[in-house]
Amino acid sequence: MVTLGDYLIVSGLLFAIGFAGVMLRRNIIIIFMCLELMLNAANLSLVAFSRFRAEAGVPDYHAQVFVFFIITVAAAEVAVGLAIIVALYRARQTTHVEDIASLKF
Amino acid sequence: MPAFLFWFFAILMLAFGVAVVVNRNPVASALSLVVSFLGLAALFMSLDAYFIGIIQILVYAGAVMVLFLFIIMLLDLRAEKLRKINWPASAGGVAVALALAVQISYVVGNFHFAGQPFPPLARSTIDDVHNVGSLLFENYNLPFQIIGVLVLVATIGVVVLSKRELK
Repeated sequence: MVTLGDYLIVSGLLFAIGFAGVMLRRNIIIIFMCLELMLNAANLSLVAFSRFRAEAGVPDYHAQVFVFFIITVAAAEVAVGLAIIVALYRARQTTHVEDIASLKF
Repeated sequence: MPAFLFWFFAILMLAFGVAVVVNRNPVASALSLVVSFLGLAALFMSLDAYFIGIIQILVYAGAVMVLFLFIIMLLDLRAEKLRKINWPASAGGVAVALALAVQISYVVGNFHFAGQPFPPLARSTIDDVHNVGSLLFENYNLPFQIIGVLVLVATIGVVVLSKRELK
């Protein structure tokens, strides 16, 4: 029997994997992919709670509307972020975060 | 959904999530991300959220992934593969992520509702799109329109950013 806790653990592990990617990788495009992993981990726990809070046999659809909004904003974010990366590559010819250190103290 | 299917898709998703982080070739990372998102869409469907699952496949495995692959192709990132790995920094990153995972498992383990099974649904097939859509246009009409403006602003922003010379 699969319980709510199983979904939450899987969601937390996916978030931790995305977090590890953001900490480990130096390529800005991979960091961006790992951010997407973290967003989707949050979506998974939202949908799990939506299913768990079912009343009278109908899931709580407010959470699913929220997930819909998150997916829309994430898609817009990916488009803008990748455009920024392309602009950065044109200016500096790199996608490596260690080469972009002008804000470093 | 039977338990073994849940664990199959969960492990598929997590394994390819690890592959995204571990692969040194950005194209392999992007393709691993597709498989990871497909597993996640299957998990959404196992929670009877068919609409969200389909949206996940269409938006992530379709649109977002094409964008990623297109940018990787455009920038021609093969030279990045030759960088040296900074082992102490990597070990620190893995340790912090592991601490986060342990904390999350601890919190979920102590969560009162975590051990309870999901309540049964009224019918085997739920009118998913109708319910989400009516909620979207009745209760969340203003946020929905704001999202539309946001997507428009993002589109204009991308066009401005991709111009050859910023003024």
